[in-house]
Amino acid sequence: MSGQATRFDFDIAVIGAGPAGLAAAALAAGRGASVVLLDEQAEPGGQIYRAVTETPVRDRKVLGPDYWHGAELLGPLRDSGAVHWPGSVVWSVARPREDGPRKDGADGPRRIQIGLSRNGVAALLTVRHVIMATGALERPFPIPGWTLPGVLGAGAAQVLLKTSGLVPSGATVMAGSGPLLWLLAWQYLQAGARIDAILDTTPRENWRAALPLLPGFLRSPYLGKGMKLMLEVRRKLTVIGNVTGLRAQGDGVLKSVTYSRNGVEQRLPADTLLLHQGVVPNLNLANATGCAQRWDEVQRCWRPTTDDWGATSVEGVALAGDGAGIGGARAAEEAGRLAALDALHRLGRIDRTQRDEAAAPFRAALDRALTGRAFLDTLYRPAEPFRVPADDTIVCRCEEITAGAVREAVRLGCSGPNQAKSFLRCGMGPCQGRLCGPTVTEVIAAERGVSPAEVGYYRLRPPVKPITLAELAALPKTEADIDAVLKH
Amino acid sequence: MFRRLPEVAGDAIPFTIDGRPASARAGDSVAAALLANGVTTCRNTPVSGAPRGPYCMMGVCFDCLVTIDGTGNRQGCQVRVAPGMAVETQDGKREVER
Amino acid sequence: MTQPNRGGEYDVAIVGGGLVGSALAWGLARSGQRVVVLDEGDIAVRPSRGNFALVWVQGKGLGMPEYAGWTKQSSDDWAGFAGLLRDQTGIDVAFRRPGGFMPALSEEDLQARANAMMRLHNQPDMIRYPYEVMDRETLRRELPVIGPEVVGGTYCPLDGHCNSLRLLRTLHTGIGLLGVDYRPNHRVERIERRDGGFRLATAGGEIGAGKVVLAAGHDSARLAPMVGLSAPVRPQRGHIIVTEKTAPFLHHPTGYVRQTDEGGVMIGDSFEEAGFDTTLQPGVSSAIAARAIRMFPLLGRLNVVRSWAALRVLTPDGFPIYEQSATAPGAFVVTCHSGVTLAANHALTLAPLIAAGDLGDRFKVFSARRFHVPQAA
Ligand SMILES: Cc1cc2nc3c(=O)[nH]c(=O)nc-3n(C[C@H](O)[C@H](O)[C@H](O)COP(=O)(O)OP(=O)(O)OC[C@H]3O[C@@H](n4cnc5c(N)ncnc54)[C@H](O)[C@@H]3O)c2cc1C
Ligand code: FES
Repeated sequence: MSGQATRFDFDIAVIGAGPAGLAAAALAAGRGASVVLLDEQAEPGGQIYRAVTETPVRDRKVLGPDYWHGAELLGPLRDSGAVHWPGSVVWSVARPREDGPRKDGADGPRRIQIGLSRNGVAALLTVRHVIMATGALERPFPIPGWTLPGVLGAGAAQVLLKTSGLVPSGATVMAGSGPLLWLLAWQYLQAGARIDAILDTTPRENWRAALPLLPGFLRSPYLGKGMKLMLEVRRKLTVIGNVTGLRAQGDGVLKSVTYSRNGVEQRLPADTLLLHQGVVPNLNLANATGCAQRWDEVQRCWRPTTDDWGATSVEGVALAGDGAGIGGARAAEEAGRLAALDALHRLGRIDRTQRDEAAAPFRAALDRALTGRAFLDTLYRPAEPFRVPADDTIVCRCEEITAGAVREAVRLGCSGPNQAKSFLRCGMGPCQGRLCGPTVTEVIAAERGVSPAEVGYYRLRPPVKPITLAELAALPKTEADIDAVLKH
Repeated sequence: MFRRLPEVAGDAIPFTIDGRPASARAGDSVAAALLANGVTTCRNTPVSGAPRGPYCMMGVCFDCLVTIDGTGNRQGCQVRVAPGMAVETQDGKREVER
Repeated sequence: MTQPNRGGEYDVAIVGGGLVGSALAWGLARSGQRVVVLDEGDIAVRPSRGNFALVWVQGKGLGMPEYAGWTKQSSDDWAGFAGLLRDQTGIDVAFRRPGGFMPALSEEDLQARANAMMRLHNQPDMIRYPYEVMDRETLRRELPVIGPEVVGGTYCPLDGHCNSLRLLRTLHTGIGLLGVDYRPNHRVERIERRDGGFRLATAGGEIGAGKVVLAAGHDSARLAPMVGLSAPVRPQRGHIIVTEKTAPFLHHPTGYVRQTDEGGVMIGDSFEEAGFDTTLQPGVSSAIAARAIRMFPLLGRLNVVRSWAALRVLTPDGFPIYEQSATAPGAFVVTCHSGVTLAANHALTLAPLIAAGDLGDRFKVFSARRFHVPQAA
């Protein structure tokens, strides 16, 4: 299943080897398509099943049964014949210029070119169909001091646990809301790691808003597991609820966390602060490919627009899993299978009826996996001050731009993030807006008094991940490419 | 500050941090190895000189940038430690020659 | 001084809030005019956000010596302009004029450049300026980082650069301080002459003004005929690449590579006729990268953090159009390719003339009528 030396032509490229990508690649290759699975990580698994093949955490109860489910996706992938290229950073997906309407009169999908970088060498792959399974990112959690060393995302802490068996050792505070925060706390409990306090920022009023959605949640597969885990954490650890303000402090490195609760400020000493307030789709690649996206008011994030099969607005490009909207690992897996079936159909390998019949069980499983989602989304919707921070808070970590500077740009007439970006450089650093995009949109929207949907999002361009100039220079070029540069 | 769980096995990998000898475990990323060795700050930013350390551990924040074997601005969380690797923390902008 | 208010609320309505429109707005407001700037929204074809930020003189004006002189004037006035902006807004737009280079990768290339500079300066009415043709060794003393393939180059002490995004922001800050009404999301759909002034139908409602200035980049082509003008401009695509921030190592701008005040290295650019398509072509980026590395091999290790394709606003001969309408006096069109270079002129020289209502004879040569003269057989 590792890459044959140099093959640069496939029916389908699946980008991302998390649950969605693993399931999609296995299904499509298992039914005869030539499939390449690309992921920048060295091992399959994506974020949730990170290092599932080689984690040093041998005690299975620490990471929990949901984690180990990931291993079950690997066998089918291996047997499917899909080519897996780990360590491949995809920096561009685009249609080559010369690929107009097909000249041979045949129908069938046009070509798509994938720019990737592997072991420091860039290459272009040609495929007929792309399934992006790029997953989610932790939602930015802009608070004063969140750039201090010692402040990490809870997701980051979980990666450290899965890949290296590392847990915090000094005074440790976790803060925020959402299922992952509870899961990590629970995993730390199993591992015997120290947690001094959990500062729960779930707004009180969210419970009221979520209550009507409770019946759906009661039928959800999460219910049993999630509740049990949360209760155990609450029983064994100090959980401080209704936290409405947070500040990380320290001189060069984190020393303490100040939180407000019922109008009173308290300070906790801390060597490590783990922040989390949910996840949002990782849409940079889709955005840079030109896929239309829309604002999701419930999840308060942008998501690429997709149909029932994950197809985007760009012909031949589909999305599956959290990259298309947050649904969790099990939903991602089923969405990956649906996208794979649709790809097979578009490639002419199965007809519409075959596709629909094969899809039925996956669709049912997807619906099951999504049951109760609305309740979680509403309950864990982050509070306004943590999405739209005060003036002195840095929103763009790369260029060190504060929320106040963004507001000032709005007063100068910036009506959206792209003009703000050119005025302030927010979103121009190496992270390419991944850690400021959602915040900048919301700050501008709040300042203008309009919805984020009206404000819009950064328009991104490849490379969506940095590559070296030498790598770029070594790519194949056509005569026309060279003329465009040299004939002047 | 991070510590290794006691049950964790795996080969020890010698490398250096700013020239000082350090030890990682097979499978560690450079960023994880720094944290395991008590180094939470890996660079000062080119914009204001503020100290930074790894934040996301999944390749998105670019706060874990370090110089690895003489090449600057590499994402520590995306590169695995190898025996003998020379990892250097960074101060401000990268130099064009490294 | 404020003119009689004929057409509505404003003395002047400027269509377009890019570099050209905002430099004019700044200059007009300083001349005492009440100005409104009508602009599109956040997503717009706006080369002011995607250019290479050179304030460049070398090589410009072959075929129109008046353009060479106009460019030189702007370069000479730029430092003063940057000073005025800094005094007013407190922002430094990082204008520097250390002189610029055009490195050549072959003897033919060097010869062609030297010939072009000579022909430029041999034009009648040319205002001459200093430049040098350098061999490899001379060039290397000035630019030690050149690669082995560089055979020499041309140098002009008038060439410089600035931070053009900061320039755009500073102009917007400046016009705000001068009381200019900047209105985003006011794309102008139609312009009519009425009651001695102009009515502009926009996406955000109707606006009235005594004068109207078209500085709408590509869209001026559509708007100009509504007021008896013509602006035959077409888009020409240019790819640009930017690297991560790097400690200063390149102390002069070159026509292809420059290091910004913030440390990033900008690498340009391509010339493509591709309509309004701004999709990036990996092959074109690759060709740009390859040339830059041949010139400066140590760039190869740097990480590319962003790239984009922007659309130059080009007239058939590449020179600007500056013109007042003969049939609708008070309507002006201003379009040029080098809005960064010419910003000082637009703000300090052109705007006062527009305020006075007469461009004078100097600008006749920039009239779009030059494109309508029937070609002699
Ligand atoms: C690749 C490239 C490299 C360049 N490098 C340099 C350089 O090194 N040095 C240099 O001097 N110049 C350079 N330029 C040129 C420079 O960027 C332009 O001259 C400058 O941006 C032009 O400014 P503008 O205001 O005309 O255009 P734009 O930036 O296009 O602004 C036009 C404005 O008008 C608005 N608009 C359009 N239609 C309407 C309407 N109907 N109603 C309301 N608003 C409207 C648009 O939204 C936009 O804000 C470069 C350009 C490119 C593409
Ligand atoms: S820690 Fe965020 S990119 Fe490495």
